[in-house]
Amino acid sequence: MNFVALATVIAFTLACAAGAFVLRNLIRSVLLLVGAWTGIALYFLAAGAEFAAFAQFLIYVGAVSMVALFAVLLTRGGRPGGDAPSVAPSRSGRLWAVLAGAAVFGVLAATILRTPLGTSGSPPAPLPVREFGRELMGAQAPALLEAGVLLTAALIGAVVLAAPDKPKP
Amino acid sequence: MTNLLIIVVLVGFFAGLFAVMTWAERKLLGRVQNRPGPNRTGPFGLLQPVADGIKMLTKEDIVPQDCDRVLHFLAPVVMVAFSILTFAVIPYGRHWVPVDLDCGVLYFFAVGAGTELAVFMAGWASHNKYAVLAAMRALAQLISYELPLLLSWTPVVMVSGTLSAQGIVLAQAGWRLGFIPRWNVLTPWGAVGFLLFLVAAVAECNRSPFDLPEAESELIAGHLTEYSGFKYALFFMAEYFGMSALSAMAVTLFLGGWGAPLPGLAFVPTPLWFLGKLFVLLFGFIWLRATWPRLRLDQLTRLGWTGLLPLCLINLIAAAVWWAGRDWSGPGQIARWLVTGACIGVPLAALLRRNAARHPRRTYAYAAA
Repeated sequence: MNFVALATVIAFTLACAAGAFVLRNLIRSVLLLVGAWTGIALYFLAAGAEFAAFAQFLIYVGAVSMVALFAVLLTRGGRPGGDAPSVAPSRSGRLWAVLAGAAVFGVLAATILRTPLGTSGSPPAPLPVREFGRELMGAQAPALLEAGVLLTAALIGAVVLAAPDKPKP
Repeated sequence: MTNLLIIVVLVGFFAGLFAVMTWAERKLLGRVQNRPGPNRTGPFGLLQPVADGIKMLTKEDIVPQDCDRVLHFLAPVVMVAFSILTFAVIPYGRHWVPVDLDCGVLYFFAVGAGTELAVFMAGWASHNKYAVLAAMRALAQLISYELPLLLSWTPVVMVSGTLSAQGIVLAQAGWRLGFIPRWNVLTPWGAVGFLLFLVAAVAECNRSPFDLPEAESELIAGHLTEYSGFKYALFFMAEYFGMSALSAMAVTLFLGGWGAPLPGLAFVPTPLWFLGKLFVLLFGFIWLRATWPRLRLDQLTRLGWTGLLPLCLINLIAAAVWWAGRDWSGPGQIARWLVTGACIGVPLAALLRRNAARHPRRTYAYAAA
């Protein structure tokens, strides 16, 4: 991907993310968030990480967005043409919001600055999916298993919670 | 230039197939319901799709005053665009793969997920109660069936060792006992996976008996209520594109793709085998629509979460056992079939028994009388 295309993708992603924050209509915000997630997937694609790009699109656009939209539809903000309920934040609320945002930004910035990033001239060759799978099943297997067990437990828990109660004798 | 030609041929073929399918579906539904179906335009009503096309193109495009105009316009465009993108990675023949991606199967389902969003966009943007209800139904349905759909083909990837669609077809090449194809559907885990995939695919396409978002008798036309003319036709087209793409992927994953069913028939050009299998599955979609009543929303979600999902997880374990026994020989192979079959059969029987106890067979007053 050339520089212009990459810059367009980045601009699109940032614009969508900013729009998601600014808009008062929750549905439009979530749809813009979907645009931002799509932009991130395109960025992965540009970096040669096909698997991560498609997985990002499948999970975030295909699943997470659905859950977010479903949750929003159950609120007042989900009404067609309706905006989110307008509640003026208090002075202390604003202060806490700024502090929390600054803390998150600080942690992220510190992590990025401390991480040694390879800056060799030639871009790395794309990793074949088979190799990617071997890596996940080899060195990264414990982390993958932990995440898998956690998600499966959450899934079973959700099904059990949603299942109807047994009739009392 | 070659890529452009491939795109034109693919889109042209599936657009033609869409036209033929609309005619075939109406004819078949007519046959099932003991009526002639379309029979006025051309011989056997064959020109009906042309008449429908002209009607759709010339109809007024009505946009509700209070709707979200941008999303109302974007929804059909997004739906058709993503539907067409799914055709890119299907292996239509031995050397007929438009784009042989290393993770083609993942691409297919990732892109397909975009169409679900379009249904929601259409429903919400229409500013209509029926359409919003349809959007909510569509989301509930998609949340319930996306996971079983993904888990139903995971064993195929696990056993084949590749995410490439062409690689999966090649992994099913060869014969057992000299004449039985090594298609995934002809294994214990593959047969169950195939059925699970088909059920989840019908739900993902919003086709009957899972057509709750459209539900003419309850929601007028659901998310399509406020659409007319060409935009309506685009939704219609996307539905058939989605059905064709998922059927094509089912052929690729479970039915050996473009492979011949018998060793002596390998001389037939491979795309013909692919098309033959595709048409059989498309016929199944129409047959289902003709014979199955629509589910209620609670039945639909219950089937997804307490039926399909546990079965998918069990099938995954069975496929793991099958894969573990890949090097067994002689009596080991018989043991492999038996153990894999038991891995699925025993929990399946327990699940069916439990469901039968919970939901006794209904008796209707008119039937008992």
